[in-house]
Amino acid sequence: MRNHPVYIDNDPQTEPTTLNLGPTHPATHGVFQNVLQLDGERIISGVSTIGYIHRAFEKIAEHRPYYQITPLTDRMNYCSSPINNMGWHMTVEKLLGIELPKRVDYLRVIIMELARITDHIICNGILGVDTGAFSGFLYLMEYREAVYEIYEEICGSRLTTNIGRIGGFERNFNTIAFAKLRKFLKEFPPVLKEFESLFNRNRIFIDRTRDVAAVTVENALNYSWSGPILRAAGVDYDVRVMSPYSSYEDFDFEVPVGTNGDVYNRFLVRNEEMWQSMRIIEQALEKIEKEPSDIFHADVPDFYLPPKEDVYNNMEALIYHFKIVMGEIPAPKTEVYHSVEGANGELGFYLVSDGGRSPYRLHFRRPSFINYQMYAPMSRGMLLSDAILNMSSLNVIAGELDA
Amino acid sequence: MGKISNEDLLAKISAKFADKVTSVSEPFGLLTFETDREQIIEVLDFLKNDAALQFVYLTDLTGIHYPGQAKPIGVIYHLHSLVNNVRVRIKVFLADDDVHIPTATGLWHGANWMERETYDFFGVIFDRHPDLRRILNVDDMTAFPMRKEFPLEDPNRVDKKDYFFGR
Repeated sequence: MRNHPVYIDNDPQTEPTTLNLGPTHPATHGVFQNVLQLDGERIISGVSTIGYIHRAFEKIAEHRPYYQITPLTDRMNYCSSPINNMGWHMTVEKLLGIELPKRVDYLRVIIMELARITDHIICNGILGVDTGAFSGFLYLMEYREAVYEIYEEICGSRLTTNIGRIGGFERNFNTIAFAKLRKFLKEFPPVLKEFESLFNRNRIFIDRTRDVAAVTVENALNYSWSGPILRAAGVDYDVRVMSPYSSYEDFDFEVPVGTNGDVYNRFLVRNEEMWQSMRIIEQALEKIEKEPSDIFHADVPDFYLPPKEDVYNNMEALIYHFKIVMGEIPAPKTEVYHSVEGANGELGFYLVSDGGRSPYRLHFRRPSFINYQMYAPMSRGMLLSDAILNMSSLNVIAGELDA
Repeated sequence: MGKISNEDLLAKISAKFADKVTSVSEPFGLLTFETDREQIIEVLDFLKNDAALQFVYLTDLTGIHYPGQAKPIGVIYHLHSLVNNVRVRIKVFLADDDVHIPTATGLWHGANWMERETYDFFGVIFDRHPDLRRILNVDDMTAFPMRKEFPLEDPNRVDKKDYFFGR
C-alpha cells in the first residue's frame, strides 16, 4: 500500500467534503440528519434522512379507543402539545356532532394561545442562541416555565399535557390558574418587548438573518408550507381565520405577514404572533366573565368521562365510565378532516371511522413533515452556518416530523 | 363556507370529466369524489390551474387500505383553494396486484415526501416519481406496515390477547 499524505485525498480545494450533519448534532436541536456536500463552507447539495424517532402513531391509533389517542398527539409537537390534544378532541367532537358551550371554547382558546406563545418562545429564543445571542433566550425561557405552571394547575402535567377531554376539560380552571394567567399577562409583555429591542434592530442579528433562506410565495405554496413560515413569505393563510374552530371567529386579531420569507421575516412574524396571542387571551378572559363560571364541559355523558368520585359511588356514572373506557359507544360511519393552526403550521387530522371503538384510519397532516422537505433543496448554495439558522427558524420538531 | 358552493364545484368538475367522477358525497361539508388513476393527474391539473377554482394548495396526500374490496388500496388527496376557501377530497382506488398511480410531483413539489410516505406505508408505487424510497421506515424493510394485515405487535405473544380484556 502506498503511503499517501493525508491532505491529498481530503483536500477541500479539489473535491467536495462530505459532512454528516446529525442525527445528533447539537446545532440541529433534535434528531435531524442531513448528508451535505460542501465546497469549503458552501453547501453544494444535501440529502435529508428522517424517521429516526418514528413511533408508528398512525398504526397504534388504529388499535386504541379515541381517548387513548390523545397521549399520542402529545408526543408529536411536544413544544405545544395542548394544541395537538385539542385539535384531536375537536376532530372527534366534529365526528360525533358534539356542540360545546362558549365558555369551553374560550378556555380552549386561552390554552391554545398559551401553547403558541411557548412554542414561539422556544423557536425565537433558540434562533437567538444560534446567532450567538444567548441572553434573550434565558429571559424568555422563564416565561415558558410560567405557562407550564398554568398547565400544571389545569391538568397536572407540563410537557406532554394530555389536557382536556372529548367535550371539554377534566376539571374547571381554579383560582390559582387564573391568578397565574393574569400574572403572566402582566409580566410577559415587558420581557417580550425587551427581547424585541435586543434583536429587531440589532445590526449583527439583521446581518446574520436578512435575506437568508428567502422563499418566494410560489415556492412556499408549491411545497405546501403552512404556518408562520408561509406567512413570512407573504401569504395570509391562517386556519384560525380561514376555517375558524373553537369560536375563533369571536376574536379580534391580526394575522402578521412578512414580505420575502427569510429568517428575519419569520422571526418578526413569530414575535408579532406572540403579541396577537396575548390579545386573544385577554379578550377570552373578558368573554368568559359573561359566561356561567361552572361550565367546563359539554353535557355529553356518552363521551365525557364522569368524575372519579361519581364512578365509585354512582351506578349510572360507573356504567358510562365503563362504556367510554371500553369504547362501547358507536361512532358514525363516516370520515372527517379537521385542522387547527398549530404553532408551526396547519395540523390536520384525517379520521375515517367504521363505527368501531377506534379509528379505521387516522392520518396526521403534520406541518413539520411537510415544511421540512424543502430544507435540503433550499440549502443548495447556502453557507453552512446559514443552513443552521434556516433549520432553527423552520421550527421543525423531530417528534412531529417522524410521528 | 367559501365563495364557490360544492354544487357549483361538482358541476364544473362533472362537466369536464363526466362519468369519471363517481361516489360523490359531502361528509361534514367537504366535497368528496372518486376518480380513476388514468384521470387523476388531469383532474388535479384542472383543479389547480382552472382560473376560477385555483386549488393551488395540496393539503394532504395519504393512503388507506380496505382488504376485501375489489380495489383495496386507496390514495386520498386533500386540496385547498385558498382564494375561494374551499376544500375538496379526491380518492383513487387501486387493485392489489397493480398498485401503480402517476405521481403528482409534476404539479406540486410538496407531493414528493407525501408520496414517499404513502409508498412506505401502503406500497403504492407512484410512477415517474423522482425519488421513490422509504422515508420513515428502515430501507431494508420488506412489508408495508399500514396495511391491515400487518400486525401492530408480535402476533406470537400470548399475554395481550383481546379476550383477557373482555373484547
